[in-house]
Amino acid sequence: MAANKIRVATTSLAGCFGCHMSFLDIDERLLELLEHIEFDRTPLTDIKQCGPCDIGLIEGGVCNAENVHVLKEFRKNCKILIAMGACAFNGGVPALRNHYSLKDCLEESYLQGVGVVNPLIPNDPEIPLLLNKVHPIHEIVKIDYFLPGCPPSGDAIWTFLNELLAGQEISLPYQAIHYD
Amino acid sequence: MQLEEQTITIDGQKIPFQSGQTIMDAALAAKIYIPHLCYHPEFKPHGSCRLCTVMVNGRYESACTMPSVAGQEILNNTKELNENRRALTQMLFVEGNHICPGCPKTGNCQLQAVAYYVGMLSSHYQHFYPYRDLDPSHPDYVVDFNRCILCELCVRASRDVDKKNIFAISGRGIKAHLIINSPSGKLEDTDFAVGDKAAFVCPVGAILRKRTRYTTPIGERLYDKQSIRIVGDSQQLHAGATKYGRK
Ligand code: SF4
Ligand code: SF4
Ligand code: FES
Repeated sequence: MAANKIRVATTSLAGCFGCHMSFLDIDERLLELLEHIEFDRTPLTDIKQCGPCDIGLIEGGVCNAENVHVLKEFRKNCKILIAMGACAFNGGVPALRNHYSLKDCLEESYLQGVGVVNPLIPNDPEIPLLLNKVHPIHEIVKIDYFLPGCPPSGDAIWTFLNELLAGQEISLPYQAIHYD
Repeated sequence: MQLEEQTITIDGQKIPFQSGQTIMDAALAAKIYIPHLCYHPEFKPHGSCRLCTVMVNGRYESACTMPSVAGQEILNNTKELNENRRALTQMLFVEGNHICPGCPKTGNCQLQAVAYYVGMLSSHYQHFYPYRDLDPSHPDYVVDFNRCILCELCVRASRDVDKKNIFAISGRGIKAHLIINSPSGKLEDTDFAVGDKAAFVCPVGAILRKRTRYTTPIGERLYDKQSIRIVGDSQQLHAGATKYGRK
């Protein structure tokens, strides 16, 4: 029956995984959801590349080159792309670093920071290059839906996905939409 | 002979007004919500945020500055006007640095509440991420310029009520910004004090009392349960502030 299932991919870019934790907060309803959906690339399946999907859920903004790459991969493969959470929405807490130059941030973290031993700015080629600023994802690709919140509650995610799967217009109660 | 009551019509609803009242004044007295940020019933209107823009006899006018005139046909809560308001709100968000999860005003913030009211789900535009300072110099207050929306309420309160002229907006257009009137530009070098009216009027998290934040649990804050349309402005959190719009 897998052929009829809605394929969903999720990822956390410059986020804290809080939105994914909130997604798991739908608890046993996840089993009900799994009757209608199957997962592609997501931290839950550990699939590394996103294939063709119906829905992509993005947590986090973009702070490095890999984030941009993954975000574009999602946009290419997902029919509907959803920005989930405060960081995807406007950069969120990681965007607080936008006040400072990247150089200052790195020096503060790895050279002058409190309790730093062996001061050294990491430069292994495996580490994705940081962008000068953190950006919300709508500045990089087209986003179809936004679900703000830091994080959005499990109930909000549940209601949102249900209405989306049912082909309804999304209508969340007042309390479900917040930016914090 | 009794004078006939003067009325205006907002979204089909006839409401009375008294001479000298603006459309905003009359609407608030009749418990009709017109979104606003720079308006405060105790101060002379400033007319700068344009959130309160309504359609008066077919023309855009700001409700907080437009006098009520008998027979005006006003449109307020329409899809088009609320979409314009949403765009204005989005511009306010991208023009400053509004990271709500890290802001002490969150849950009690009028900009946020208006954004919820107009259904803002994304900031839509490209963020400026301007570099703006923070002034923690004063023993009791901190001024975070990142969140100032240039409503001039603190300017008006300090000038017209406190008679201290501590705040001003300097620069034009995109360069407009809040300044503090002291030789150092720091709040500690002014006579700003805890009881000042200017300490209670900021609708956002730009002028904040130290050591008093994060005291209300999430779920209990001013705008957690109900829309600003019902709850009213954020200044009501402070003693002595005007309350209106409450059910
Ligand atoms: S001032 Fe209001 S909108 Fe701005 S960050 Fe604080 S809570 Fe959010
Ligand atoms: S500091 Fe607050 S009250 Fe003063 S202009 Fe800015 S937003 Fe308005
Ligand atoms: S409330 Fe009327 S212009 Fe700001």
